[in-house]
Amino acid sequence: MTPSRPLGLIAAFAALAVLYALPAIAPRALVQDLFGVLTLLVLALNWNTLAGFAGLVSVGQQAFVGIGAYAMFAAIILMDLNPLVGVLIGGLAAAAFALPMAFFAFRLNGAYFAIGTWVVADIARLGISQWKALGGGTGTSLPKGTAKDMAFVDRIKAALDVSSAAAADALTYWLMLTLAVAMLVAGHVFLRSRMGLGLQAIRDNETAARSVGVDPVRLKALVFLLTAFGTGLCGALAFIQITRVTPDAAFSVIDWTAFVIFITVIGGIGTLPGPIVGAVIFYALQRLLADYGTIYLIVLGCLGIAVMLFARRGLWGVFTGRTGIDLLPLTHRPPKSAAPQPQASRRTA
Amino acid sequence: MMLIDTLAQGLLLGGLYALFAAGLSLVFGIIRLVNLAHGDLIILGAYLILTVTTITGLHPFVAVLLAASLMFGLGWLLQTHLLNRVLGADILPPLLVTFGLSVVIQNGLLSGFTADSRKLAAGAIEAQSVDLAVVTLGVMPLLTFASAVAVIFALNRLFYRTALGRAFRATSDDAVTAELMGIGPQRIFAGATGIALAVATIAALYLGTRANFDPSIGPARLLYAFEAVIIGGLGSLWGTLGGGIVIGMAQALGASVNPERQILSGHVAFVVVLLLRPRGLFPRASD
Repeated sequence: MTPSRPLGLIAAFAALAVLYALPAIAPRALVQDLFGVLTLLVLALNWNTLAGFAGLVSVGQQAFVGIGAYAMFAAIILMDLNPLVGVLIGGLAAAAFALPMAFFAFRLNGAYFAIGTWVVADIARLGISQWKALGGGTGTSLPKGTAKDMAFVDRIKAALDVSSAAAADALTYWLMLTLAVAMLVAGHVFLRSRMGLGLQAIRDNETAARSVGVDPVRLKALVFLLTAFGTGLCGALAFIQITRVTPDAAFSVIDWTAFVIFITVIGGIGTLPGPIVGAVIFYALQRLLADYGTIYLIVLGCLGIAVMLFARRGLWGVFTGRTGIDLLPLTHRPPKSAAPQPQASRRTA
Repeated sequence: MMLIDTLAQGLLLGGLYALFAAGLSLVFGIIRLVNLAHGDLIILGAYLILTVTTITGLHPFVAVLLAASLMFGLGWLLQTHLLNRVLGADILPPLLVTFGLSVVIQNGLLSGFTADSRKLAAGAIEAQSVDLAVVTLGVMPLLTFASAVAVIFALNRLFYRTALGRAFRATSDDAVTAELMGIGPQRIFAGATGIALAVATIAALYLGTRANFDPSIGPARLLYAFEAVIIGGLGSLWGTLGGGIVIGMAQALGASVNPERQILSGHVAFVVVLLLRPRGLFPRASD
């Protein structure tokens, strides 16, 4: 363990404390902005697990965002359920959709899988557009006051002394922040576990992994299902805040997949802190280039291409390579008897 | 009667999709590269033809020659300076580079040409039709289909009857051994992508003269093209034509039931074919 690691952990906890305190101390616009960034971060953490660790390069993640959002809307509008229960249903619906989607898309190898998932997402978008009870192609809105009627909003309103709309924003923000932290912790625990080790073994050499008893298809399908659940939860929560859903917005490949891919790639695909670094850079770019319309998408695209050409491990990978500092490392230390001397340099996972 | 008409229109629409797909199929087959920017490159080709016709006043059918040469050059440069650098065992870099390229092209076109719908004006030929007693077919769709057949015939001749085609096939089969025989895969790949983009420009000509286009419609064309290639079976150019026809007919049938279901029907046909025949209808390559 490098001496910088406890320092890094202290810094991380301090940053987290500030993020949790934000709704009490910062203006509402900033909370809303950060909600958007956290949404992308959660999506990026999921996509990173999928593409960076399981080798499943999906361009169809918008399917899970859209299905999560629509299932949440259906739970609230058609079944009159609590919005927070709706979010959970959104996650479960996305996971349920992932089953047949995996059955189909797993027939396509490697690169073909990418376009295959994109096709399935388009099928989901077109299928949902036929759902007349939820507005068909033109979409629908949440009933007025849904967000304000959520559990805890009253108490937050009293505690922070703000309007109910701001209290609802604070609640969704805290939920998204908690989801991001949970994803990060779950990702770390999962990847350090036996299954995570198997996953990385498959990524590095599938034949060798099979020969020691790792079942690639089962493991990949499991990851696909779990990340679909996370992505669906995130999509449902995001649309509680947006309050209006249309098939084109809920299944947008740019908003829910392209941004996410660039964030992960620029930050560092296949590293755990990568998506966080990428999300920070994305937010900075968005603020910096906000007045120039589509330019920031062009800049993002070029940055993504440049990273793939010159630094495949992204900015976090470059940072770790230069400094040797690796927060949330995924490597296992060798058993004492096999390696009596502690290794001077550490490999990034 | 209605059914025959619908199927005939679907068949001809399939010609357009085969043109979208031919370049993609070539690059799949030779380089094993999945180019996610293929659809946006078709749209770029359409804007290029539009620009040439606007500046020179040439008819689109003449302007396409200049545009296709430019696109060949673009493909060559793209492959040499960008895509060749990221090819390898890892599938991630080429996918992400072409995805980045797709977003850059789309938004570049958006800032250069705005989101307004544009069209290529081909004159009187657009409205002409041929009465075949059973069905009446438009001249433009017929021309599209004939071009698709001609392009695929020409690509097949190139592939199986010329030295360049032999080099293509050798590189596709085993790049290392081909290199030992004095074939530089980098140049071969550059040539293949150049040809693919020239074909994409022909597809753009028909896309732009038959209907409106705007910078955002590239990804949907990529999906149709991809479906045609996979349905046809990887590595088979005539299979790609067949795949295009399957998608075209499924879309026409779907649209005749309910116009909202056109695209969905094409996608569903793709899923069904893939579930029944995982390697496509006419497979040649083994991956």
